[in-house]
Amino acid sequence: MRRRVLPGLPLALGITLVYVAIIVVLPLAALVFKAASLGPEDYWRIVSSDRAVASYRVTVLCALAATAFNLVFGLSLAWVLVRYRFPGRRLVDALVDLPFALPTAVAGIALTTLFATNGWFGGPLSLLGIKVAYTPLGIMVAMSFTSIPFIVRTVQPVLEELDPALEEAGQTLGASDLSIFTGVILPLLAPALLAGVSLSFARSLGEFGAIIFIAGNQPFSTEITALLAFIRLEEYDYPASAAIASVMLLTAFVMLAVTNLMQARALRYTARG
Amino acid sequence: MAHPGKGKPPRVGDNPVFRRTLLAFVLVLVALMIVAPLVVIAVEAFSRGVGYFAASIADPDTRHAILLTVVTALIAVPVNTAFGVAAAWAITKHDFRGKRLLTVVIELPFSVSPIVAGVSYLFVYGLQGLFGPALQSAEIKILFALPGIVLASMFVTAPFVARELIPLMQAQGRDLEEAATSLGASGWRTFVSVTLPNIKWALLYGVVLCNSRVMGEFGAVSVVSGNIRGQTNTLPLHIELLYHDYNAAGSFAAASILAGLAIVTLIAKVALERQGAGRVQRPSQLAGADSITPEVKP
Repeated sequence: MRRRVLPGLPLALGITLVYVAIIVVLPLAALVFKAASLGPEDYWRIVSSDRAVASYRVTVLCALAATAFNLVFGLSLAWVLVRYRFPGRRLVDALVDLPFALPTAVAGIALTTLFATNGWFGGPLSLLGIKVAYTPLGIMVAMSFTSIPFIVRTVQPVLEELDPALEEAGQTLGASDLSIFTGVILPLLAPALLAGVSLSFARSLGEFGAIIFIAGNQPFSTEITALLAFIRLEEYDYPASAAIASVMLLTAFVMLAVTNLMQARALRYTARG
Repeated sequence: MAHPGKGKPPRVGDNPVFRRTLLAFVLVLVALMIVAPLVVIAVEAFSRGVGYFAASIADPDTRHAILLTVVTALIAVPVNTAFGVAAAWAITKHDFRGKRLLTVVIELPFSVSPIVAGVSYLFVYGLQGLFGPALQSAEIKILFALPGIVLASMFVTAPFVARELIPLMQAQGRDLEEAATSLGASGWRTFVSVTLPNIKWALLYGVVLCNSRVMGEFGAVSVVSGNIRGQTNTLPLHIELLYHDYNAAGSFAAASILAGLAIVTLIAKVALERQGAGRVQRPSQLAGADSITPEVKP
């Protein structure tokens, strides 16, 4: 292919590489370096300590539960926004992005106030014997809130471009709505749903601001991994903080690989033409 | 887009009972999970009256936190924007080796927990970090001061502008720029009068989202700022401090400023999407790193 070479590559690429090196690569490399300087035995002792393992369990289980809830809620929300016309639809559509726009600390204190035992939701729920604030349930609520836009926004465009002829084919063959949904629509949505789910799960694993207010932060029961890394730092136990943060970084890399794989698959279905 | 208009056969899920049930389920959850937090902020902010609200905002520490947040954004957002434009120009208008890797690295902060980001910066500029001892003997303060807050904010928002521009500029191709340069326009002139008009809405969209994130960032900044009241407390950190001081009304008053910013951001987002920013590129945005593999070079 003949190509006229456009000007500006040295300058643009130079700025980009310097910025990326200083802002992104250097700090992450410093973290890996610090964690690696611990030596395998110390490293393993820290990352496999009872308190650390308990924090992984709380974080992963709550993130799984929050993502499962978001799968149902997000799919329903995307479906309603695309398929139904109702007053206020545009407002609801805009509000979906609120969890991304609202700072996490603000979300954290708002959710805690709502779900505390004297709050609007916490009061009635406590009468039913359900405690949300300062329990793992609170962590799930905060995780669901901060990650709900991911699933809606990945499923919505696929749902919009779904060919009505596919459903009509099912209808003329006499299939029920449920079997058309599970047999035709759901498989077509699956790649986008999986992409949204992995984004939502990854975000929940790393979330900090919204969670620490509502979690209660008791070691072994409501202490998330991000908080443990923060606590070790406040105790001036820098190696431990580096080791735990490096576990989170490694998890983020794995999730990034998974997410990219899912998104590449989703794109194959979304790509027009 | 398919509209289930009048006279068309009913589609899956159009059964009136199902439709109403699902709509009610979704709207109730939206009200409980998304609208209620917003309402509770407003109610709590004014729970001790307008006078207390005004006094909370006018409090010197709160005013300082607002100032620090604005100053941080005034530095971090323009620098980030310049970086985003440069990265998008290099990646979409040129061919070079390692392009995919570069794109992945630019998107990396999006996947990294803010706490990990903050801890990482500590190991660069902190006393126990790479440059800590050298910085201390030179008496340069980066951590627990404005530079640290700005750097951490830049990390978490590094992909924001680039990821809006890259898919769009990819889709627009290079023909117009090539025509301009072949007619003798300089690189800068080509960018300003050919590229910029085509990307202005997407650029603004990225800037709005970047600004919203910088002003609201909590985790990364809370590690590097040191939380010194009236000195290194940004607005989100100040909200936490007031909240733990059992000053809920004051905390929510400060939070209401950021909630207001979030609403302004959402309105700007919708307005910019009407201009074609953001939404049109959703499928390619979806692809993240993999969207930046243009012409396959033999």
